Amino acid sequence: MSEPAATSTPQPVHAPVLELDGLEVRLGGRPILKGLNGSLSGRAVGLLGPNGAGKTTLIHTLLGFFPVAAGTARIFGYDVRSGSEELRAQLGYMPESDAFIANLTGVRFVRLMAEISGLPPSQALERAHEALFYVGLGEARYRKIGSYSTGMKQLVKLAQALAHGPRLLFLDEPTNGLDPPARERMLQLIRDIKETREVHVVLSSHLLRDVEICCDEVLVLKDGHVAVTADLEAERRANLRLLELEVRSAAGIGPRSDFLEAVQRLGCEVAADGRRRLRLVLPDEVEVIDLYRLAAERRIEIRRLSHKRDSLEDIFLKAMEGDVEKAREAGVGHPASLLPPPDPGAGTPATGTERPEGGTDGRL
Amino acid sequence: MAVYEQTYRRYTGALTPRWSRFLVLGRYAWSEVFASRFFIAVFAVSFVPVLAVAVVLYLRSNLEVLESLGMFGFVNNLQIDGRWFLYFQRIQGGFAFFLTLLAAPGLVSPDLAHNALPLYLARPFKRWEYVLGKMTVLLVLTSAVTWVPGLLLFFFQVQLGGSEWLTEHARIAPAMLLGSWVWILVLALLGLALSAWVRWRTVAAGLLFAVFIISRALGVILNLSLDTVWGSLVDLRTLITVVWEGLYYGQAAGDTIPVWSAWAALAAVCGFCLLLLRAKIRAYEVVR
Repeated sequence: MSEPAATSTPQPVHAPVLELDGLEVRLGGRPILKGLNGSLSGRAVGLLGPNGAGKTTLIHTLLGFFPVAAGTARIFGYDVRSGSEELRAQLGYMPESDAFIANLTGVRFVRLMAEISGLPPSQALERAHEALFYVGLGEARYRKIGSYSTGMKQLVKLAQALAHGPRLLFLDEPTNGLDPPARERMLQLIRDIKETREVHVVLSSHLLRDVEICCDEVLVLKDGHVAVTADLEAERRANLRLLELEVRSAAGIGPRSDFLEAVQRLGCEVAADGRRRLRLVLPDEVEVIDLYRLAAERRIEIRRLSHKRDSLEDIFLKAMEGDVEKAREAGVGHPASLLPPPDPGAGTPATGTERPEGGTDGRL
Repeated sequence: MAVYEQTYRRYTGALTPRWSRFLVLGRYAWSEVFASRFFIAVFAVSFVPVLAVAVVLYLRSNLEVLESLGMFGFVNNLQIDGRWFLYFQRIQGGFAFFLTLLAAPGLVSPDLAHNALPLYLARPFKRWEYVLGKMTVLLVLTSAVTWVPGLLLFFFQVQLGGSEWLTEHARIAPAMLLGSWVWILVLALLGLALSAWVRWRTVAAGLLFAVFIISRALGVILNLSLDTVWGSLVDLRTLITVVWEGLYYGQAAGDTIPVWSAWAALAAVCGFCLLLLRAKIRAYEVVR
């Protein structure tokens, strides 16, 4: 009296994880998502955007909670409008707000959710124990969820999303309300899950750093539109070849023209930014050590060398162009708490990935 | 995702049949309901009338035992007929109401209060399955104290009274079964709908109780002030009584509303409850 697991049924081959095709959603008569288009295939996809941009609405629509007004979206090739149960069986969902059954113990709660997904009771119990150990709630699994701390409630939500072994995991603001150690642990878990290559992750967050360290593709929403989609992995690879240098000659002035010419002869594209700063793109065959060699030959000091940082922040700023300017002009700082305060020393907003001022990349 | 490996792996084993998954909710809710000792006590007490009726039926057919107990006159004068079984059904209907009062508010409101519905509905699990799963508990509980013992007693009496009694009172069994199911459905839907509406267990229980008291009072006030019988259309207790009498006797006893109108009013109550459940049992409510 049992059915085969969803994995054994034929599935569309080579389908992107998520395809948006003119997706429109109206709630209470108001348009919330306005013709979203895009195709995402990353192992971990980040959904970014200010509050009210439509991130959560998009996730809820993909889960079938809200009806599609126009267009469509496909997950692994399944049209979400069909309400396919086969698709639902492959999804895991960790909601943003508290969601639990207070008078159940952790293990009973996760087991219930696994059984609802179709696991036989004994398998569901086994997976519940495993999932709770995996997220770090092994010792607390026999406590009632009502007695859990905020961080533990986040973890038990993650456990219930994993217990039935989904193929795609929706995580809506998973680090909300977590203290720094718990937040780091949650992000580490998400990275671990992603790296197993058993599951795709869609991570919705308003925190750039969470998305940057966990995701390899990003979709930025703004006011119900797709502002930009980007392949962060490709950006990271490109960024490794894009350098910023601060140099000083022995005489205490900026880069001499012979140094600039020598760098260009190596095949680098160079742009001087002020008296001492250079931005350059390294061709594949040139290494950073070559720059040091040229500088040493010409008695030039490289005082600071860094790879271009905060690619996601750049992408985001570009997507939010206009809003950011308005906010800064008004002295508000950062729209919707998305950006940390600007770092006047570095010239760009700081993020958690900031490297020590004046240092060089750890690869050197 | 074995514990010793501490890593994630997908589940590739067998799945339970799709149709049976709503029963999972019933199973979990069942154990929650029976975690309360007070509930167990009420449930046990609800079988006392069943035992008492069984004893009376037995004694009435065993006159020598009855004489030895000195109760010949009292028991022998009892008529075991439709009126007798209707009276039994009313008592058991009261117990069904109290069981629903204790169990129903704890079924849906905790899920809504703690926002658990998105977790259920993000899975291959539909809203009607959720309602049916939760309702299963109420259906089983109230069935256990209404039509199940009622029919057992009926067949017990058939055994004692013989085919002559059966021919004369054949109407009782279907009336008992159908009448009980109408009452069970009204109670279950009202209990779940009110629980979903107020989202607070204690308030939901109070409201369910109040609905019967207030509707009774309102019906009486309307009947007296307007000198009519149609005020009983808002009185749930009268409605179910009229339906039961219609099933047992073919018509309602006394000066009251027609049987068809009671059926229609109860159908409207059930319809309203279903609409309320449809509006409230969803992953997220859209605020307009």
